[in-house]
Amino acid sequence: MLNEYLQVLKSEWLILAIIFILLFIKVGSKEWKNESLLYFINFLLLINLIAGFINNLPGSLFNGMYLSNDLIFLQKNILNLGVYLISLIAYPWLKEHKHLLEFYILMLSTLLGMFFMISSGNLLIFYLGLELSTIPLAALANFDLEKRKSSEAAMKLIISSAFSSAILLFGISLLYGVTGSLFFYEIAPAIHSNTLNTLIFILILAGFSFKISVVPFHLWTADVYEGAPVPVTAYLSVISKSAILFIFMTVLYSVFRNMETQWYFMIFLLSVFTILIGNLFAIRQNNLKRFLAFSSIAQVGFILLGLSGSSKIGMASVIYFLVIYLFSNLAAFGVVGLVSATTGKESIEDFKGFYKTNPFLSWVLAIALFSLAGVPPTAGFFGKFFLIMAGAERGNYVWIIFAALNMIISFYYYLRIVKAIFMDQNNSPIPAIKTPPLPKLAMVICLIGTISVGFLSWVYEYIFSFCNF
Amino acid sequence: MNEIPLNQILFLSIGLFFIGAYGLFTRRNMITMLMSIELMLNSVNINFVAFNKYLYPDKLDGVFFSIFVITIAAAEAAVAIAIIINLYRSHHSIDVEDAGEMKY
Repeated sequence: MLNEYLQVLKSEWLILAIIFILLFIKVGSKEWKNESLLYFINFLLLINLIAGFINNLPGSLFNGMYLSNDLIFLQKNILNLGVYLISLIAYPWLKEHKHLLEFYILMLSTLLGMFFMISSGNLLIFYLGLELSTIPLAALANFDLEKRKSSEAAMKLIISSAFSSAILLFGISLLYGVTGSLFFYEIAPAIHSNTLNTLIFILILAGFSFKISVVPFHLWTADVYEGAPVPVTAYLSVISKSAILFIFMTVLYSVFRNMETQWYFMIFLLSVFTILIGNLFAIRQNNLKRFLAFSSIAQVGFILLGLSGSSKIGMASVIYFLVIYLFSNLAAFGVVGLVSATTGKESIEDFKGFYKTNPFLSWVLAIALFSLAGVPPTAGFFGKFFLIMAGAERGNYVWIIFAALNMIISFYYYLRIVKAIFMDQNNSPIPAIKTPPLPKLAMVICLIGTISVGFLSWVYEYIFSFCNF
Repeated sequence: MNEIPLNQILFLSIGLFFIGAYGLFTRRNMITMLMSIELMLNSVNINFVAFNKYLYPDKLDGVFFSIFVITIAAAEAAVAIAIIINLYRSHHSIDVEDAGEMKY
């Protein structure tokens, strides 16, 4: 019995153990140097990442409130990988920071919340996990305490996330009223398409859309991404978004499976607007972080397209795309974060002539942008290809053509940055930056990921084999 | 004794929810916006408790959920107020219009 609690909840115990170790270091009297502490924490996160692959025991705990299966372990491993990479790219920023331990404690507690949220089988655990993963994020967004933009971003994040969880909760309370249960497996058969259930679904969809920044609910995204420190922005755009998409798939495919015709249409509309507005606003941005915010909004539109396939292929393609998106987005954020931490420059103008002084960083950023745009040899192409294939199963070709045309628009703004880096002249380019070993390791991992994941077909097959539907 | 019918309680909670939403969109003081969000969360609590009492009195799911909502709302308010205090230090104001450096 105890053994089961230890093994099924393994990922959570590991994160909890790391949090406690960090707390002991924090309250202990020994003074640590930031640099050695960072190496130590990254070592712990690496152990956590490796341990995620071994000795996984599927099962359900707490009377079915907590579920775990191979797919959920895979999703947790993806999140662990992302957190490890973010911790590596945060090195130049945290090296001088005096609140280094608090950063890791807050970040790992949001990760703990995401783990509980992903493996929830009950609305109560789901809600607790969701809140545990959003409230500390607002504190993280405010981590550059003396910067005006940082506190503005945190304020916008906490108000909009509180508002969205209020909407989500109202939907959950009506769902409880209709079905009389909080368990997913009891709710699912009790839901049929009628007006009240459609209202409930719209409320819950609105709550989720806020968190993954789908278009009518995206207004906070760009501001928060611009104001927050770069590693936190990377965390928001990759980890937090993936975690919510994972649970969103469960909610759509299992809880609301009887309302598929309704939600297909809603997701269709949301996705069209998301792709279009994300693209159009990305064109006019000058700040790289803001630009990446709008590009991530557009990517979510494509993810919704794959999600609507609602089949094994749809699920596998979304997870596969999220892996690729993790690698390419973190590579881009790694370069932007390093430049921002050493020189404070974030606008596209500043990156003109970047290739002359920093060839390695330029190549990393360029390949990441190619992958985000979906240019063939990189993995981003294969990711988008599978998403569109999954969406095409439903035969809604208007949507497919629209998405494909928007990929062409997106080439313009991604390549604009590549042009600024490689071709434009600049009298005072960013000076040569010495890349510390840890961020360099992260960039190399991301680079290998972005190039190879597309060609290694077993990655897709590995993910596909876990997607039980 | 006459019981209050469920639909009147639901009417109250929906009214409270939209008063909260209206307050959030019209008020410009951050503390008042936070209070509006609390109103919305309280309407959810009324919903849960009412559904539990009237429709499913044999289990206590709804009551437990509302206790958790109250707890989390407190945590959320604590973090939000800390952020607002920090914002006040740099902006010398808690009006949202003054915290508008980043737009579009």
